[in-house]
Amino acid sequence: MVDKKEKMEQLRKVIAEHKDEPGPLMPIMHAAQEIFGYLPQDVQIEIAEGLDITLSEVYGVATFYSHFSLEPKGEHVISVCMGTACYVKGAQAVLDKLSDSLGIQPGGTTKDGKFTLLATRCLGACGLAPVLTVGEAVHGRVTPDEVPAILSLYED
Amino acid sequence: MSKMITLTIDGIKVEVEQGATVLDAARKAHIRIPTLCFLEEINEIGACRMCVVETGARTLQAACVLPATEGMDVKTNTRRVRHARKTVLELILSNHDKKCLSCVRSQNCELQRLSKELEVTDADAFVGKRTEHPIDDMSPAVVRDNDKCIVCRRCVATCYKTQAVGVIGPVGRGFDTSIQSAFKSHLSDTACIGCGQCIAACPVGALREKEESPAVWRMLHDPTKHVVVQTAPAVRAALGEEFGLPMGTNVTGKMVSALRRLGFDQVFDTDFTADLTIMEEANELIERIQNKGVLPMITSCSPGWINFCETFYPEFIPNLSSCKSPHEMMGAIIKSYYAEKAGIPSRNIAVVSVMPCTAKKIEAGREELSAMGTPDVDAVITTRELARMIKSNGIDFLSLPDEEFDSLLGDSTGAGTIFGATGGVMEAALRTAYETISGETLEDLDFHAVRGLKGVKEADIKIGDLTLHVAAVHGTANAKTLLDQIKNGEKTFHFIEVMGCPGGCVNGGGQPVVSAIDRLRTDPRVERAKALYKADVGMKKRKSHENPGIQRLYKEFLGEQGSKRAHYLLHTHYTPRPKYKHPVEETTTA
Repeated sequence: MVDKKEKMEQLRKVIAEHKDEPGPLMPIMHAAQEIFGYLPQDVQIEIAEGLDITLSEVYGVATFYSHFSLEPKGEHVISVCMGTACYVKGAQAVLDKLSDSLGIQPGGTTKDGKFTLLATRCLGACGLAPVLTVGEAVHGRVTPDEVPAILSLYED
Repeated sequence: MSKMITLTIDGIKVEVEQGATVLDAARKAHIRIPTLCFLEEINEIGACRMCVVETGARTLQAACVLPATEGMDVKTNTRRVRHARKTVLELILSNHDKKCLSCVRSQNCELQRLSKELEVTDADAFVGKRTEHPIDDMSPAVVRDNDKCIVCRRCVATCYKTQAVGVIGPVGRGFDTSIQSAFKSHLSDTACIGCGQCIAACPVGALREKEESPAVWRMLHDPTKHVVVQTAPAVRAALGEEFGLPMGTNVTGKMVSALRRLGFDQVFDTDFTADLTIMEEANELIERIQNKGVLPMITSCSPGWINFCETFYPEFIPNLSSCKSPHEMMGAIIKSYYAEKAGIPSRNIAVVSVMPCTAKKIEAGREELSAMGTPDVDAVITTRELARMIKSNGIDFLSLPDEEFDSLLGDSTGAGTIFGATGGVMEAALRTAYETISGETLEDLDFHAVRGLKGVKEADIKIGDLTLHVAAVHGTANAKTLLDQIKNGEKTFHFIEVMGCPGGCVNGGGQPVVSAIDRLRTDPRVERAKALYKADVGMKKRKSHENPGIQRLYKEFLGEQGSKRAHYLLHTHYTPRPKYKHPVEETTTA
């Protein structure tokens, strides 16, 4: 576990690396999302000050892209694709089942910090519709009945 | 001369300079293309699609960002264009609260005007999901009601470009996009300087001043209160617009009349204390120069600028003149000198300031501005609020006779009057400083070098052996440019005037709102300033130190300039302010 101070140090290094490139904000925010797992206020202030832009601008970008998160994410991030193909193939039912099983709404994180549930735009794996990812792992042609089995893979 | 381009719009041939947009060209052909998000030189982003035209391209094009090209054939009123504009407008209306009856901007609203012009017959043509937002009225200066916001971003562009403050921006995406501060915090918890330029930019009623007129009505209806009002120089140059008079009409006499009819016990002129400010400020400047004090000295009349300096440039706080702003000086003088003269305890006196400004509302709440134990100024209303009070009181403004300010604190000079325009404080100070330093009479009173709308105006003024390097800037973005140059050692000055709003107080955030379309025809910064410069020329006394009321005030009450009493009543101090006001939340070690 890396402590907060070290993470901030890491962020400062990333800012220094990208500062003078054109369009430095996106790569820095990506890195910050990686380092902290989310973008809290002090991290966004650090970025704004580092690039001499306003906090408003950083926050605007943070809320525009669904990749960025303002809340800490769970250990495992479940993303259910809601693109056209997956939606037609019943992604909503899968999402509802996950929502029920975990007791959270899409966008939320379980109390134990284990799972975050997201509804995302097209993941580009339409051949596997309906598709969901858990972290880096991809699960295709999912039915609501399979949800408990999938979750069990990630419960210790 | 740049290259000229010829194009045809609705069959009319027009010639424009290269770089002009189709919107510019249409104007030349006397065609008014409807716009909504467009605000000249500030917000030209083609976002709202109200200005679409046909050019032969596959899709309709936004005229405000479409460069005119040679031989172009533009149609602005085809069936397709008319249908598209109306649909866009109806869709905007579908997520607008349409509470025009109770909206401060009713009858001066660009959305309302367009609905009429484009003949919207069913304001509920599209009914569906609505975004809902709480009203943010925590700031003493600015209220944001996002249920009226059409997300045009004119306020955002103004906050960034003309003010270099940038505390609002688009948040979220798509239908859910709203204009908010970072982390959706209240404006009062951001670095907002309260200048109100966002209000002036807003085409609808999503932004307005925090109204204090209800408090003023209460004072006027309270028989135990002796209510004294004062009006800033810029108010008289704009109030008439609210009653249909042409921009730049000076309505001083009718304004004084109307204030008496509203029930104010005394009507004083902030021009008087503008002169008093010059007396104290010129004295401070001379002292700083003679005693090798901190230079450049920077004016402190504009509370938007003061908030900006304290927040973004605290290192310049020692450069700020310690003089209170004119209406605060007036408040302190009313509650001391006037109270004594009138035999009324100061606690029974309420001072109301009518200001072209929203930041003055924040200023009046500063604890340090309460020389006599109560706030120097008890309430600040904007020019717009005064107009609404006059209307709601059934006063027939246009037919009012002209009346004079009450005499004790009502004398003024041309120097005090021009405070309302950018460069005016500088010019007024120079008129007095020149004569004080040189002991000679100043023949040519007009310092043209500091007048006008150039962002940063610099001048060298020779006074005897001394050459004063001075500058006047307006709009805090221009102030930022100049302060950075001073920090880098690129420039040095003795004296700088900063006005928070572009054009100075005449174009303050509390002035009548001029629509984007009307701004293309008449520049309020120019027309309103003209009214003040014209008044200056017509006045018998044009130098602050020649104001007989001011001379009497020093003789009877204050003593010398910069005396102990003057310092106690008329001077103040400043405090650095944090850029981020919320305590920074701790990130957990995850």
